[in-house]
This record gives sequence, structure tokens and C-alpha cells, in this order.
Amino acid sequence: MGELKVIGGGGEVAVTTRFSDLLQWARKWSLFQYPFVTACCGMEFMATAAPRYDIARFGAEAPRFSPRQSDVLWVVGTISQRQGPAVRRIWEQMADPKWVIAFGTCASCGGFYDNYTTIPGVDKVIPVDVYIPGCPPRPEAVLDALMLLQDKIQANDRKPIVVPPRLVPERAPGRAKESGT
Amino acid sequence: MSQAVIDRLCAHFGDRILETSDAFGDHEVVVALRDWVEVAERLKNDDELQMDHFIDLTAIDHPERQDARFDLVLMTRSSVAGARIRVRTRVEEGEAAGTLTHVWSGANWAEREVWDMFGIEFEGHPDLRRILLYEEFVGHPLRKDYPIDKAQPLVPYREVEDIQKLPPFGIEEGQPFARIDWEARLRGRDRQVSPAIGLQHGQRRALSDSEAARRIQARIAARKEEGAEAGEPEGAKEGSGA
Repeated sequence: MGELKVIGGGGEVAVTTRFSDLLQWARKWSLFQYPFVTACCGMEFMATAAPRYDIARFGAEAPRFSPRQSDVLWVVGTISQRQGPAVRRIWEQMADPKWVIAFGTCASCGGFYDNYTTIPGVDKVIPVDVYIPGCPPRPEAVLDALMLLQDKIQANDRKPIVVPPRLVPERAPGRAKESGT
Repeated sequence: MSQAVIDRLCAHFGDRILETSDAFGDHEVVVALRDWVEVAERLKNDDELQMDHFIDLTAIDHPERQDARFDLVLMTRSSVAGARIRVRTRVEEGEAAGTLTHVWSGANWAEREVWDMFGIEFEGHPDLRRILLYEEFVGHPLRKDYPIDKAQPLVPYREVEDIQKLPPFGIEEGQPFARIDWEARLRGRDRQVSPAIGLQHGQRRALSDSEAARRIQARIAARKEEGAEAGEPEGAKEGSGA
């Protein structure tokens, strides 16, 4: 949370920061989601929401099926041309501040659908904050995306970003000896 | 079994059955467009044939053909006799076929789809609208002369910098989120299943020559050396995953 200053000591401590930082901090830990789930990526989305990966740890578990109450639009799956107006309208109905996550290859760039049926990336219709590659992405990638989004919110950064690859810890260079086989 | 269907149709329609074939056990008759509905009615209502199951109706575009551009293909089956038959007819562009909705009500959506994709009209269809695409769509996309990359967006695409296709899909930007074989790991044999599997077992070629791939390759080589030093027989390791 930006710059923190601790004043006092003992039993009475005050922490100061900038108001905007505090606001962004509050926002990034209470992201109400609007799941726009159209395709197979939905299974991984469900896995992410389920206890094993537990999206609730990030304060982002509550789905709001009214766009007016939600902060993050999860575009999960292939968006056909016919769905374009719907997804655009839902995005327009969301109250600011709002963010969009393109979940999976199809939502990010159309995937292997390169024809009359499919929008080649939902960013052709609405602005996207975080892209998650994968067909479908694993829940780890989804959580990485969520953390990236939180960082972006805290930094007030609207530049689109792609979830970078992550090495499995056991495979990271230098860890080979420890993990063993 | 379906040969009986062909025989029965030939006995009834005579030379109005233009062709028959039974390639790979798929029995087919070819009829003229004007006999299309009559043949269908016969298939459905004949005491022996009883083709009560409408499977599908589709079309094939032959733009290079001189006489008639489209093949209209009907697939139907009898749940009583277990027989199947395929009926084919030729439709010229702009020509209308008779509807089969009064024979099998399931033909309703199939005919709408054929209209949507190929632009073949069906005379007497109760509700001939596009079924998959939108009314604003111009043309019929499964015709071979429809441009393969032509999209007709309902919402105009945004024109800003950030929508240039970001390339998250190489191995560098992609995601080597490996699937871990937890059971094997618990048994003490760590066998990564993806994406290094090919490298690990030499079964597949490397996905790319990228930095990540090289790194993985180097680590596998190092691991093999370790195994050799420890005196682990290579054969046992390979065999365990089979």
C-alpha cells in the first residue's frame, strides 16, 4: 500500500498513508466478479473458485450477476460475433472503476478461430487489463493474473498486461538439488 | 440391411431413383429435386421402411460444377428396422427445395441451418430465418466463395493501440505450468507430464528452441547425469512410466 508511515509506539500506534493509496488498497482486496463464461475455460474458472485454489484468499470470490454491482469482468471463453453486443453492453453497465480479464486464448486473441464466427480477442470490443494465455489456463495462471491485476490496481496502471510464464518451483534453476527425484 | 431400403425405393419409384451406391456400407440414393419431398414422405410413411428418425439435413457446395451447384443431403434412419439411408439431390443456385417439415418436424431447424449457411431456400418452411448467425449478416459463409477470413462484426472493433494481438502464446510468454504427477511424486518417482515430457523421455521433439526449452533440456541432462552417478539403472526409470 504505497508509502506507509508508522507514528508512535507502545500501545498507541497510528499509520499514515495517502488517501488514494488506501482507496486502491481497499479496491484490490474486494474485487466483485462478473463471470461471463462461454466455453470450456469455465471449468478452470470453477476450479479456481473452488476450495483447492480458493480465489477467496484474494477477496475476489463473490460473483455478482448484475454488472452494476461488479468490479471485474471475467471474459472466460470464446466470444462469437453474435455475443459481441452483449459483452459490450455488460461492460458498459458496469460502474467505474472496472477491470476486465481475458481468460484463455480465445478471449485473448480468438485462439484458433480465425473466421466469420469469432471475435479475435475480446479486446476488439472492450478494453482488457490482463490477458491469461492458455487453452485453458491452469488455475495457477489465473491466480497469477489476479495478483497482477491487484498490483495494477494499487499502482493505478491501466496498461494491458499478459500473465508471464511461471516456473514450477521444483524446476526453477538452483532448486533441482533440493527437490530431488 | 439398408440395401433393402434401396430395393424398396427402386421398386416404387423405378427410374426416378437416379443413382444408388453403397460405399463403405453407407447406402445412398440420388433423386431429382422435384421428387425430393415425395421420396421423403415415402421413407417416413411406407409400412416397411418407417424412417421415423430424421438425423440430419445438410448441403455441399460444388462451385466448379456446371449443372447444379449444391448437393442437398438428407440422412434418416428407422428406429423400427434399424436401417439407415442417405438421400441426395442437386439444387441449382437460386432454386428452392421443398420443405420436409411436414414429414419430420425435426427438419425445421436443419433447413434453417442450411439456409443460413448455404442460402438454399425451402418452399413451404414455416419460419425460414437464420438460426446460427444474425440477421445483419450478409451472405452465406459455408459457400466456398465466401472469403475465409471475412468477419462481419456487430460491434465495430475498437481502434486503439492496445488491441494489437498480444503474443502470449509462444513458450516464452506462454505458460509452462507443468502438470505434476502427484502420485508418482509421492512414490518418489517424479515424472513431469508436461511440457517437458518429450524432452524427458525423448518421445517428442522439443516444442521450440526458445530459452525456456533449452533450460529445461539442460536440467534434464543434469538430472540424468546425477542418476548415472548414483548408479541408478536407466532402464528401470524408463520402464516405470509405461
